[in-house]
Amino acid sequence: MSTPFYVSPQQAMADRAEYARKGIARGRSLVVLQYADGIVFVGENPSRALHKFSEIYDRIGFAAAGKYNEYENLRIGGVRYADLRGYTYDRDDVTARGLANVYAQTLGTIFSSNAEKPYEVELVVAEVGTTPDGDQIYRLPHDGSIVDEHGSVAVGGNAEQISTYLDQRHQDGMTLAEALKLAVQALSRDTNGSEREIPAERLEVAVLDRTRPQQRKFKRIVGRQLERLLGEGGSAGEPGDGADPDAEAGSDSGSGSADE
Amino acid sequence: MEANTRKPGRLPAAFLTPGSSSFMDFLSEHQPEMLPGKRQLPPTQGVLEAPHGTTIVAATFPGGVVLAGDRRATMGNVIAQRDIEKVFPADEYSAVGIAGTAGLAVEMVKLFQLELEHFEKVEGATLSLEGKANRLSTMIRSNLGMAMQGLAVVPLFAGFDVDRAKGRIFSYDVTGGRSEEHGFAATGSGSVFARGAMKKLYRDDLTEEQATTLVVQALYDAADDDSATGGPDVARRIYPIVTVISEEGFRRLAEAETSEIARSILARRLEQPDGPRAALL
Repeated sequence: MSTPFYVSPQQAMADRAEYARKGIARGRSLVVLQYADGIVFVGENPSRALHKFSEIYDRIGFAAAGKYNEYENLRIGGVRYADLRGYTYDRDDVTARGLANVYAQTLGTIFSSNAEKPYEVELVVAEVGTTPDGDQIYRLPHDGSIVDEHGSVAVGGNAEQISTYLDQRHQDGMTLAEALKLAVQALSRDTNGSEREIPAERLEVAVLDRTRPQQRKFKRIVGRQLERLLGEGGSAGEPGDGADPDAEAGSDSGSGSADE
Repeated sequence: MEANTRKPGRLPAAFLTPGSSSFMDFLSEHQPEMLPGKRQLPPTQGVLEAPHGTTIVAATFPGGVVLAGDRRATMGNVIAQRDIEKVFPADEYSAVGIAGTAGLAVEMVKLFQLELEHFEKVEGATLSLEGKANRLSTMIRSNLGMAMQGLAVVPLFAGFDVDRAKGRIFSYDVTGGRSEEHGFAATGSGSVFARGAMKKLYRDDLTEEQATTLVVQALYDAADDDSATGGPDVARRIYPIVTVISEEGFRRLAEAETSEIARSILARRLEQPDGPRAALL
């Protein structure tokens, strides 16, 4: 009987991390940004039916990059967790922090157990507050760590480069159109620095809009509304200048509720 | 299996197992004791005294449906609550009104709302109106054990059918039997009188305003003859809950609107206590 090769724990973990990272890098990146009235999710997704973003609960949204079947599984687990918790206690007792902890535990256990292959996913859990200060964004890499993010976050293969681009340009109090424009600019930059065009029909956009009168703040932005916002973002002045963002934010939320 | 909602930890296997899009199915596998229908009841002598909700009425009009309920809950001959709410939105395009044991009924509505929302989130699409009505049927059926002990829940379900572009009403019996009603329907102890009133006043070309007035007239007549149904309480400013579901979705009339309808009806009844007269022929 031959002796098994010794593999150091460091090496085993590094191998698993590399495996997961490679899997995540195969998919397209996505970004999550705060804007004046909430949080916007933007990603390139040619599919109309298989979503990268979705609603978990009233104020909580979910975004994921990586392997679809694995993050879909986690998403449904999260919906079940949130609904059961809200049913047991109260709707206000379902929080993004609680959900992020559960996801982190789940991902962490899978990552460090030798029986399972690590999940090739990177998640974002975001909760919109009643004011911008109350917004929470958590990034959950494949190994089960939690990163508490502010302003903007990118996940996926090209995330580092996109994050740097966003960090330099993102400002508090941007309008939805400005935030969307910035997100699309960030996503359309390739690793070698060249830019490419992402047409509106390949974009998946969703928001957690704190101004929505409904209890459930999650809303997909599609079709004409998306095209209008992309157009507005192009013609808007410098982000964050004076009274202009307020006026635009007002018109955004007005037309948003008319579309429903 | 221990529920994982109390302490942070890894999601239990049940949460990550692919399965049904129904929250009730998930709950019945993972934590069956949380479902109202799965509760073990001790044998009781006679009927258990608990607050009962009374009259719910609904009427369709071209473009939607109106669902309304009075505000009284009774326990035997005592008025248990004067301002109970018995009409709830089920989701964007439907609402449910409940008569019967108030505590169980409110719990059932909460679970029903969650069931529809859960399906929508998991599947990324809403159930058909027929599907929602059937789901409610299943829930009432699971409550049959308690209904046999006098704790019955009898809802009225109304919604806007987006595919057919019209309002529809479904009524239920205690065994979960479901039947679609055409034009108008009522449930609860005052329903006999409410239905009589609506029968004489209903037309199939009512406007939304006329339909909301119609249901309040019917509730007034129910309160007139049924002691368990509460009429508009002007002194305490408690008015019926009136909801409208149309293409624009669910809308609950503000207190100012319901009070105006109720007050104009009251003013007319001061002159004509039996209400509007229908033509003999």
